[in-house]
Amino acid sequence: MASSAEMTQEENNWGGGSRPLGARYGKLMMWFFLLSDALTFSGFLTAYGLMRFKFESTWPIAENVFTHFPGLEGDQPLLYVALMTFILIMSSVTMVLAVNAGEKMNRKAVTNWMLWTIVGGFIFVGSQAWEWYHFIIGDSGAVETARQEILHIYNAEGERLSFSQVVHGMEEGHASNHGETFTKAEVLAAMKSNEGMYLMEPGKAGEAFTHEASVALFEAGDVVQGANMIHNEYGQKQFANFFFFITGFHGFHVFSGVVINFVIFYNVLLGTYERRGHYRMVEKVGLYWHFVDLVWVFVFTFFYLV
Amino acid sequence: MSDHNGTWWIWKVFWILLVITGVEVALGIVKPEFMLTQVIGTSVLNILFILLTLVKAAYIVQIFMHVKFEKKGLKYALYLPTLILIPYLTFILLTEGTYLFQ
Repeated sequence: MASSAEMTQEENNWGGGSRPLGARYGKLMMWFFLLSDALTFSGFLTAYGLMRFKFESTWPIAENVFTHFPGLEGDQPLLYVALMTFILIMSSVTMVLAVNAGEKMNRKAVTNWMLWTIVGGFIFVGSQAWEWYHFIIGDSGAVETARQEILHIYNAEGERLSFSQVVHGMEEGHASNHGETFTKAEVLAAMKSNEGMYLMEPGKAGEAFTHEASVALFEAGDVVQGANMIHNEYGQKQFANFFFFITGFHGFHVFSGVVINFVIFYNVLLGTYERRGHYRMVEKVGLYWHFVDLVWVFVFTFFYLV
Repeated sequence: MSDHNGTWWIWKVFWILLVITGVEVALGIVKPEFMLTQVIGTSVLNILFILLTLVKAAYIVQIFMHVKFEKKGLKYALYLPTLILIPYLTFILLTEGTYLFQ
């Protein structure tokens, strides 16, 4: 049997009145929400991994999908996503600085750092919109067979060709379709006239077809440009669905984070927390904001790097 | 909470996160040949990416989200569910997934 001293200790800790976790109600609830949200995101990402392993030969290679950088020509794999990651890490840093200033009751510094955090969040959401735009309008175009498999066009030298290069030739055409729409008839005719062209699966170690087999597949199939929930030129269609869903769900978190940050920022301006005597609200919204950054670290790895 | 002086510890974590991200991006662009050897179902490079990601996550959670300085009880309340459930979910989906469509 426990001694009476231990019993008292027990009651002191868990019987109410004391703070066994050393955190206030609001912060605890924020943490428990983040915990459940973390499990939700891991569900999405592991489902992505499952599908990807299942369809390895037709799963798009991310660095061939996200290759644009504003103001730069040609392929720039990973650079733009790296910039987005940097922006989000930076806004996480300004958030910690805001929380830190709040502990010191430095209203001016909190105002300043909260504002920078909001700016960073806006730039990130804008960057994501830009990336979605390029993903949706598409790049090189692809052939979708009657069995709804996506195949890419290659020439005799083993280079991936865009519709523009197939139809207008290597000199005249662009590596990206530049918003030009092509019909099945013109791409098929151009492909038939060049014996060297063939179709290949988009994934790692994807299968290549002979010219004759490629033409036969193309005749039964159709052309695809860009990406949506039903067709996408990059490869296995689940890739686009997961891309829209996971980055969309994350982007929605960033957007709501920006809104909540703005509400807190407005309250800082009004002096609400100065009167309350503490800046704990800034700390709570800070936890949410860091969580958004944390999720992006994983999305960055599993969507773009691995 | 106020067990830090100044803001140097924030900037230290910033530089660590920045350098790790820089290394990841550089490796992702270069893809060194010797790192593409296959081990336990994936390449050495991918394993390195996942390890670097976990290091970044640890810094964000421990320092930025302040868990390192919380009480033991709260640490356990947060770490145990994530560290048990997420690896379990990953394991069960990736192993059972092998039987999908068979």
